[in-house]
Amino acid sequence: MTTETDVYEHYEAVVVGCGPGGAAAASRLADHGIETLVLERGTEAGAKNVSGGLIYAEESAPYKIDDLFDGFRERASERPVTDYYIHNIAGNAVKTYDLTDLHEHDTDWCDAVLRREMDSWLEQRVHEKTSETGGGVLTNVHVDGLLRENGEIVGVTCDELDPIKADLIVAADGVNSELAREAGLMDWEEPDEWFQGVKAVVDMDPDAIDDRFDIAPDEGAAHLFSGDLFSDVRGGGFLYTNEDSLSIGTVFHLDSLVEQEAEPHELLDALLTHPVLAGWFQNEYHEREYAAKLVPDSKKVAHRRPYRDRLVLVGDAAGQMQAQGPIIKGMNHAVSAGALAADAFAVTRGNRDPEAAGRRYTKLLNDSGTMDKLRPQRYELSRSVSEHDAVTNAVERVLDSPIGSLAVGNPIADRLLERAYNSPFLVSMLPDTKTGYVTLPTLIAEEHGKTIYWDSDVEPPSLEERIGDLTYDTDVGNPHIELLEESYEESGAAVTACPVSAEDFGGGCYRSETVKTNGTAETLVSLDTQPCVECGTCAIVADTEWEHPRGGKGIEFREG
Amino acid sequence: MIGGHRHANSNHTVAEGTMRSIVLTKGVPDFSEGAVSFDEDGHLERGKTPTVMNPNDEFALQAALQTKVRHGGHVTGMSMGPPGYAEVLQGAMETVYADDTYLLSDRELAASDTWATAITLSAGLEKYQEEIADVDLVFAGFKTADGETGQTGPQTCWAMDWPIVTHVIALDIDPDERMLRAKRLVEGDIDEVETVEAPLPCFVVTDPEFEPTYRKASHRLTHKELRAETQQRAANHDDYLTMWDHTDLNLDPDYIGLDGSPTIVSSVDPIPKAPSEREATMIDPAEDEIAPVLEELQPHAAEAGD
Repeated sequence: MTTETDVYEHYEAVVVGCGPGGAAAASRLADHGIETLVLERGTEAGAKNVSGGLIYAEESAPYKIDDLFDGFRERASERPVTDYYIHNIAGNAVKTYDLTDLHEHDTDWCDAVLRREMDSWLEQRVHEKTSETGGGVLTNVHVDGLLRENGEIVGVTCDELDPIKADLIVAADGVNSELAREAGLMDWEEPDEWFQGVKAVVDMDPDAIDDRFDIAPDEGAAHLFSGDLFSDVRGGGFLYTNEDSLSIGTVFHLDSLVEQEAEPHELLDALLTHPVLAGWFQNEYHEREYAAKLVPDSKKVAHRRPYRDRLVLVGDAAGQMQAQGPIIKGMNHAVSAGALAADAFAVTRGNRDPEAAGRRYTKLLNDSGTMDKLRPQRYELSRSVSEHDAVTNAVERVLDSPIGSLAVGNPIADRLLERAYNSPFLVSMLPDTKTGYVTLPTLIAEEHGKTIYWDSDVEPPSLEERIGDLTYDTDVGNPHIELLEESYEESGAAVTACPVSAEDFGGGCYRSETVKTNGTAETLVSLDTQPCVECGTCAIVADTEWEHPRGGKGIEFREG
Repeated sequence: MIGGHRHANSNHTVAEGTMRSIVLTKGVPDFSEGAVSFDEDGHLERGKTPTVMNPNDEFALQAALQTKVRHGGHVTGMSMGPPGYAEVLQGAMETVYADDTYLLSDRELAASDTWATAITLSAGLEKYQEEIADVDLVFAGFKTADGETGQTGPQTCWAMDWPIVTHVIALDIDPDERMLRAKRLVEGDIDEVETVEAPLPCFVVTDPEFEPTYRKASHRLTHKELRAETQQRAANHDDYLTMWDHTDLNLDPDYIGLDGSPTIVSSVDPIPKAPSEREATMIDPAEDEIAPVLEELQPHAAEAGD
């Protein structure tokens, strides 16, 4: 008997998304001689991708990106990170620690990257490789769902193409993976499982970078920032040097952003205008691009069995983004996961059980140590105690007291603190509370910091100017997000938490207005998706029906 | 495409030689802002205005490309004009990923009207069928941008005595049944679409509303492959270009060029500018909407009465 699905195209493997996870998967599949079709919704790979900007190659990792893509560091990345610092800030007082030891722990190399350039280069390599085994990369294709046969996942559906069947479906469709959600493997429910990052790419002449950061042309610097410059919002800032630009951004716990009703772009501006950065800018500030991204907290959401039927999840889609204290590692794990998923399929090919590849992939994630990095056992053991409010409060009170200043403030403590920051073991246990992000760095700066006596003249663009500078191919009359609940109680958090919206700003995605009817006033939320940067924040903090735009539509990042 | 393991590459290999298409295209003066040049009397200065491919031919090229992507085969670009039109054909090769091009070029062909052009083109098509290969489809654009004439395609078809489908906006081919199914605009009206069938070989005139559709991944991969392949070919266009003159085409000079053209252009007048837009508001006289309008008109009516 022939069914309706018999007429559909079939590929051995379909990979959804051509970021580092999808690229690694497709590349390894092609190495195994597997016919692989890669579907990318951007007009070019990288057009939809944003990251803070550091890609790691870990010595202990099963795969490094330059193993899979020869010439990666020469052709696709920016400067290597050779200097690494953290700045603890209290007002104008700054205490800087050298974090190079922590940074170099298990690090073969680490480069700054801009995703448009990096991912578009990967796309070309992937197309070359997959073309040889009967597939290739197609851009401008939005995979919008799963194809099922008798309830079992057998392929994908797309906006632009007829449904496609495959023996393996790799969902490498990013942090807002529609496939992972349709399969019931991931959700958008709890703000405390996510971070939100915003970033500005700032123009700077290569010679100026060398000079101002005191580095050679083949060197690069990474700087982290924490303390009271972000008020009480839990998170921190970063600055990385590219070839001829800087990536400067802030990353915060989404639940903390929502609680504090903080505006992400204002927190970024607090960093950009802090005097600690003034010496690097020297009163010149030209912002190339403003961008935002949701970051899964792998400690909480990395899926332990990221598969269902013939579908496997890799990278952000599976929550595989590790926040190791102040250092965030995502792309390297996506590369490992993608390559391992491909290897798993290669050895289980022909197995009648549709879940054989997924089970094998899970085993490889565990055996390679990747899963333990993403979800460290010691975090799970200590979390229940250390993130308890009572414990946080007790520790906060001690740090706040004269004893706290004494403990943190003596010269021995200074050395110990630097050592503690550089211990991968200790930072992986750091609880996600105010203590690690705000109280301790502030206290350190107060006790040990040097005070800066100059001001910053930097004036970052307004949110309106930032949106105006972005490139969009708007899908007119076809909004990809629907606001299901317009009450302020349900969806009001989006007005502040959305990185392209703000209270009292009419040009963003979300806005609130007070409507008076029959003598009662009600605050309602409305949505216009035109300025959307597709970060996914509102999918979590508001009541929405959230999908990506059609292929090639929506935001197009030039830097990423 | 179901069951078992298929050989790699089977999804999007172009089947060789299933459909052979010829696309008729022509060069026109570049009417885009800043490119076009007029003399003091307002006459077009051909020498100073660059030649580009007739914009309406783009859709004919897209239809031919869709046929090649979906069914494989061979696409030839053909034009009549001075040797400089080779550039137009080169552009066509880049757009449609044509395999080769033919230019019918001869001093004797100068000043041809649409009739003489159609006679020449049909001679080119006949010669192609005799010496190169049988043709399944000939595609032509809707009309030229310089003369606003839309009869060259249909007249050429008349000379070939083939069926013709005009105003085509979507196209499907069944190579096994040797049938073509097209959606076409009735009376050129976008609101009225009919579906027609015609046997191959057939002449297709595309409408500017024509949109190619590629709903299969394999088709898009083929499209991408052809693009990469053709960029190289177009760079060495001379190697793929064949020139035929009137002796090659075995045409009597009395029936081509100026002598073979029954129409005579007496003069060209500039088209007056269209009036600036006016706003109109629909009024329902049954409702009470007419009263304010009358009130507004009252003073003017009074003036007229005075």
